[in-house]
Amino acid sequence: MSATQAAPMPGRLALFWRSFAENRGAVVGLALMCILITVSALADVLALHSPVEQFREHFLIPPIWQEGGLWDYPLGTDDVGRDMLSRLIYGARLSIIIGFSVASLALITGTTLGLTAAFAGGVVDIFIMRLMDILLVFPSLLLAIVIVAILGPGLFNAMLAVVVVTLPGYTRLARASALAELARDYVTASRSAGARTFRLMFDTVLPNCLAPLIVQVSLGFAVAILDAAALGFLGLGAQPPTPEWGTMLSGALQFYQRAWWVLALPGLAILFTVLAFNLVGDGLRDALDPKLKR
Amino acid sequence: MTVLMQAKGIRRHYPVGGGLFAAKGLVKAVDGVDFTLLEGETLAIVGESGCGKSTLARVATLIEPPTDGELLIDGKVVANDAARRNLRLSVQMVFQNPFGSLNPRKTVGRILQEPLEINHRGTAAEREQAARAMMDKVGLRQDQFGRYPHMFSGGQRQRIAIARALMLNPRIVVADEPVSALDVSIQAQVLNLMMDLQEELKLAYLFISHDLSVVRHIAREVMVMYCGRPVEHGPKDSIFATPRHPYTRMLLAATPSIDPTRRKQAVTIKGELPSPLNPPPGCAFASRCPYAAARCTAERPEPRAFAGHLVACHELERIEA
Amino acid sequence: MALLEIRNLVVEFGTARGRFRAVDGVDVTVDEGEILCVVGESGSGKSVSMLAAMGLIGWPGRVTADVMRFGGIDLQGLSARDRRKVVGKDMAMVFQEPMTSLNPCYPVGWQIGEALRAHHAVPKPKIRDRVVELLDQVGIPDPGRRMNAFPHQMSGGMNQRVMIAMAISCNPRLLIADEPTTALDVTIQKQILDLLIGLQAEHRMGLVLITHDMGVVAETAHRVQVMYAGQMVEQQSTDALFSAPRHPYTAALLDALPERAHGRSRLPTIPGVVPGIDDRPAGCLFNPRCSAATDLCRTTAPEVRDGIRCHFPLGQGHGA
Repeated sequence: MSATQAAPMPGRLALFWRSFAENRGAVVGLALMCILITVSALADVLALHSPVEQFREHFLIPPIWQEGGLWDYPLGTDDVGRDMLSRLIYGARLSIIIGFSVASLALITGTTLGLTAAFAGGVVDIFIMRLMDILLVFPSLLLAIVIVAILGPGLFNAMLAVVVVTLPGYTRLARASALAELARDYVTASRSAGARTFRLMFDTVLPNCLAPLIVQVSLGFAVAILDAAALGFLGLGAQPPTPEWGTMLSGALQFYQRAWWVLALPGLAILFTVLAFNLVGDGLRDALDPKLKR
Repeated sequence: MTVLMQAKGIRRHYPVGGGLFAAKGLVKAVDGVDFTLLEGETLAIVGESGCGKSTLARVATLIEPPTDGELLIDGKVVANDAARRNLRLSVQMVFQNPFGSLNPRKTVGRILQEPLEINHRGTAAEREQAARAMMDKVGLRQDQFGRYPHMFSGGQRQRIAIARALMLNPRIVVADEPVSALDVSIQAQVLNLMMDLQEELKLAYLFISHDLSVVRHIAREVMVMYCGRPVEHGPKDSIFATPRHPYTRMLLAATPSIDPTRRKQAVTIKGELPSPLNPPPGCAFASRCPYAAARCTAERPEPRAFAGHLVACHELERIEA
Repeated sequence: MALLEIRNLVVEFGTARGRFRAVDGVDVTVDEGEILCVVGESGSGKSVSMLAAMGLIGWPGRVTADVMRFGGIDLQGLSARDRRKVVGKDMAMVFQEPMTSLNPCYPVGWQIGEALRAHHAVPKPKIRDRVVELLDQVGIPDPGRRMNAFPHQMSGGMNQRVMIAMAISCNPRLLIADEPTTALDVTIQKQILDLLIGLQAEHRMGLVLITHDMGVVAETAHRVQVMYAGQMVEQQSTDALFSAPRHPYTAALLDALPERAHGRSRLPTIPGVVPGIDDRPAGCLFNPRCSAATDLCRTTAPEVRDGIRCHFPLGQGHGA
């Protein structure tokens, strides 16, 4: 069989990257995300000071480009003399950890619940989904506050609260995908070969449900950071002096005229981080959505 | 000739709908089917959508238990779930849709080895060996071992599906419209492959299809189904040469043929399949039958021997006259 | 003057792996009252070529043709608005999947009326009557009541009849049917085909029937066009094609049909597969699979002569 010039078929990763890169916003988001991760990994190296060390003679120093700024503290200091830049850098690390832990825990729990509901059907399905419905009834932040109020303030409890609040999204997605896949012939074929439920769930069906879940995780990162920051702002999350961005905002409102950088900088950090993850999530969804494929 | 599978009075009913305020309906997808499968032979089940052939395929592959009736494999009655799980390995299925019957996230090698893995057969090396050997048998290249299903054409995927069905060395293969989704030239390749494998491995095929020309080529025995019941059952040549049941005649007349001499005289085809939830009393075909008489709408005909076939019709004598 | 005349139609798609020619230099001619069957396997470009004629190929597809005339009007020169006046009114299309081609949110009567309203074919108060008349023409019982039914409440055969009613609502001069019966049962298929042919004869429409089923072709077509990998390879009258196919692909295709097996246990097959985007051969596109290929076939692409695209058509001394 004679064939002429045959362009080698590009690998799946290359094809995926091409679809992803078509979305400029997504690429920008990805770049931002990489910067963030690098900064948080190298926090110990990049930060000029310790995030909790207070410099009593230097509180409310403005950033370097304003009059009165000092090179020692490029982005200024807060009301007890802590270096803003260092706090922001360490805050980045904290946010990444929060985002990662919350998103992955919610993913694992939610997916397991969703798959179980899809496979078990009947009463189990109804029970799990109604539980998720109950969680969805409450505004997410309010529910998180209630959970933290019960468990006590602190970063770990705040993270747990956010996991519970974001659980329904993953559960529903996993269940919907699993139900669609269960109707397909290849599941019947595996069943016919003798596969038991556990293998069917995690080895046969789960890999085919991953696309929407991946998108949800990347968006869930952003939600986790935002929610943890909101709880921190309310004083229910990370407690001072932990340099979590939301906590940094708490009590900073009063400085909006005198020392805008104490308020604005953590806020901007949250803004850009959440934006970056949202853009990446959107890009992933567009790249993975088969209906948009041309 | 060894009898591999026997079906006696198989019924499969599905309760549907119902709720707090509505009564539950019953869909009688399969309502009384008998057949015998012999080693190395092909029984074709023919019918249009809604006739119950796919449901019958699922019952025969032991994926679903029958609501009523008995299934015997190698003389052993499939009585309970445990027996079903054990005997499932001797009956495997090839599905219709080549795009949906393979796991998109697994390579061909993994797909073929999976049945062996699940049943703990052989070591990892032996399983790979068996998978590669099977690839040779169905005409796939060895370098395709690590490829994903979406990289193959429809015909090649069907070969993979056939290979997978054979990994556990079943004696019976239920093929549910295996070539319907394929182009004519690919269809020919896959049919040849199936016939070669049947001869080599002495497989019994339960071949489900709506395409009469394919059935005519591959089957030895043909059963025509309508609304869950068999209406005619007999040897292939006889069924095609002298169909007895009015539905069989209608089916053959409606099938477009490239050979002008094969086209039977025009038979007007009216009406549509009755709703499965509300089958009319009497013969299900009566509303569309050109020979329907009073008895047909009152009393359901049972299959009886007539001119070498088993036919379910009251008016056979009158039709022949 | 031919009703539909297309010369050298090319449809290209930009894909991640380069430009792909789904249709490569195809000519189509349909006269009034004629039934043309376009046959081919998947990847032959038969559907795409007709969609291009209807102007239904969107980006990233690019349609070019030397000539694309309908009833004397140059379709390529029309603005989008003018084209819409022709498409759906004088040129109509029936699609393959009746269940998905109808809008599930609207009753079927409304959808048929949509075509009438869009083309101002009938004054508003008369639309309902026309819809009932159309439903009756296509053989739907109790049309007055059925026009308020939703697509999911009716069977596939009924839905296909509704599609046909939509297509003929403005009395088109050309009807293109893209595999209209592939998704339907055999007995329903016969009814729908009889309906199409009946309507075609009654209204003297040109009918282009796209299919992969050779039996349907044999029983309905006046003329047949065989397509392979985006090119037209043979065009003949039906009887001539089936009794003496001239292109090796047509001959091989007919031989591969189980009906022609005549009791032989093995079916003759065509080795190889249809070339995709990656492996288009030099010379004749069919040459890797042709039992009579020569060096000329492997190097030079044949032109269409006498309705056949082949250097050595069968029945002329060469080939099998």
